[in-house]
Amino acid sequence: MKIIKDKQIIEDSWQHIADDEEIGSGDITVSLSRWNSDKNTLANHSGNIGVRIAPDDNVGDIADDLNKINLIAVELPAFTDGRAFSHARLLRSRYGYEGEIRAVGKYMADQAFYLQRVGVNAFELEDTEEYPAVISTLNDFTVKYQTSTN
Amino acid sequence: MYQYNDDDQTLIDERVTQYRGQTERYLKGEIGEDEFRALRLMNGLYIQTHAPMLRVAGPYGLLSSKQLRMLAHVSRKYDKSYAHITTRQNIQFNWPDLKNVPDILADLASVQMHAIQTSGNCLRNTTTDHLAGVCTDEIEDPRAYCEIIRQWTILHPEFAYLPRKFKIAVSGSEQDRAATQLHDIGLHLIKNDAGEIGFRVLVGGGLGRTPVIGKVIRPFLEKKHLLSYLEAIVRVYNLNGRRDNKYKARIKILVKESGIDKMAEWVEAEWQQIKDGMEVSDERYAEIKAHFTPPTYEENAHQDSSFDANKNQSAAFATWIKYNTADHKTPGYRAAFVSLKAPDSPPGDITDKQLDAIADLADQFSFGEARTTHRQNMVLADIKQADLFDLWQKLDALSLATPNIGTATDMICCPGLDFCALANAGSIGIAKEINEALDNIDYLHDIGDLKINMSGCMNGCAHQSVGHIGILGVDKKGVEWYQLTLGGSSENEAALGERLGPALAKDQVTQAVSTILDVYIKQRLDEEVFLDTVKRIGVNPFKEAIY
Repeated sequence: MKIIKDKQIIEDSWQHIADDEEIGSGDITVSLSRWNSDKNTLANHSGNIGVRIAPDDNVGDIADDLNKINLIAVELPAFTDGRAFSHARLLRSRYGYEGEIRAVGKYMADQAFYLQRVGVNAFELEDTEEYPAVISTLNDFTVKYQTSTN
Repeated sequence: MYQYNDDDQTLIDERVTQYRGQTERYLKGEIGEDEFRALRLMNGLYIQTHAPMLRVAGPYGLLSSKQLRMLAHVSRKYDKSYAHITTRQNIQFNWPDLKNVPDILADLASVQMHAIQTSGNCLRNTTTDHLAGVCTDEIEDPRAYCEIIRQWTILHPEFAYLPRKFKIAVSGSEQDRAATQLHDIGLHLIKNDAGEIGFRVLVGGGLGRTPVIGKVIRPFLEKKHLLSYLEAIVRVYNLNGRRDNKYKARIKILVKESGIDKMAEWVEAEWQQIKDGMEVSDERYAEIKAHFTPPTYEENAHQDSSFDANKNQSAAFATWIKYNTADHKTPGYRAAFVSLKAPDSPPGDITDKQLDAIADLADQFSFGEARTTHRQNMVLADIKQADLFDLWQKLDALSLATPNIGTATDMICCPGLDFCALANAGSIGIAKEINEALDNIDYLHDIGDLKINMSGCMNGCAHQSVGHIGILGVDKKGVEWYQLTLGGSSENEAALGERLGPALAKDQVTQAVSTILDVYIKQRLDEEVFLDTVKRIGVNPFKEAIY
């Protein structure tokens, strides 16, 4: 499966593991609640570990574990749900997370510019045909008013 | 007024390019209906009953003569040669073609105007007092803060997909003329006991289906912390506001459900984390403030004697001065209202010719600037008293001098069923009927200070719940009915009107308004204004007379 990372379309092997799904091998993401309950066993996982932040989650709950996490996926269940924007912003500016923040779920190519502004550096969409549009919208503006993550 | 620098201009030019691309992709079928809806709304474009409606931002109501001429041009070239002033100081066009909107936005950008975030679930245009900088009761001119807020809100990356729309209003004077208690955030510049000026911050006010008066969340905020405090509130709202039901998604519901104390606690905790480092520096403030220095007033303006002479000679001029002008802090000057409430035209509508003429009058008499008001009129804020007679004659010739500001026919009115896709009932037609019933100007002036607000549906765009008399159109099985309320106010003593009784049929509304005014005239004491009479005697005497 392909994603966009740092403005490039790349091949990606991360698997998003549902809460009722067995954990196999390789690089995986789990939900924040699964991370919270299984973090000790997950520490022995052979691949990299990522955590998915759902809109209702409190990103502060993961602040102390960020050095163990290689990817954070902020979830947009619908493009109208703007909580992921605050989550990404807080992860970068408050909790100092420097790893990959990936936007996952249902969102528009036209939201990529703002997502990038709040600290998202990777984009995963079901419809990969959208990717050229995503990359192009990342350059929509050359100026900005707010001091944000970027 | 604020003049764009290169970055400001680049930003709105790039926004036009972005929106042009989005429109083209939509028309090619590459962007879905729901997705494009969100994108166009954030550029002010609604789809209405007959045609799209484009809402252009009037940043805190300030317009230059050049911008007025561009609005006139847009109305001629792309619309039906008129525009409409809204209760949030914006300008609407009712008939543009969707495919032309990028061109309209490009034309507007050429005079430093845009339609960014005039709709959608995002941070909207900031509004303020239409007499800012000239009124006699000002604590501090709020416009520099409004511009700072404008810049902070425009393309804010974190807050573009909020649970619901978000509106901020700022007042810098003792008398609140910006309805700040009815905004998601209301900011009042106040002086504390130590003599320092800061903001009293209100949160959770709003009209619409569930009208609520805002509550004080912070009695005094140092001015330099303005943006961090706003950011804290909006972040708490973005993360905690309800998203399950659009009618319960405004911040007022979050405040109501959590309680103001809990809300204040959340905001305080968030604010403590971000306040250091987000201060508005003195240099930054001075740089913005420099755009709002007072114009060069004539020192001897008050020595002119023609003003008094003209008032003595012309009763009509004296009446216009009394109702349609306001005191100015500079001796020899007055602020003049341009009434957009002529009896024969829909409230708030203005033609291309009138826009061009106001631009000329602004250049001739008022340092090239005009303002839009929250009650859907305009203001030329800096008129020398010696020029008022000339100005009045010219406005009169343009049907812009109806001496009715603050009176019963200075109604706030939404477009209603005639234009709006949401409306359940007509409003412009009733406004016209009320105008006809009150066509005796002496009677109108005898009634005095009266605010009638009328909306064609419960979304309440015309703020009926805070009208002294509120009229709300509702639909009952395909028939238009009207619910009346009494005693609302959007000023310092903000209050929601009380329901008068069952809804009335369309042909009974004007008669009911007349009856209400008759009761007032019979019951009032000395100089008592309508609102005070309602407060004193309650709604029952009015109710008994109508039902």
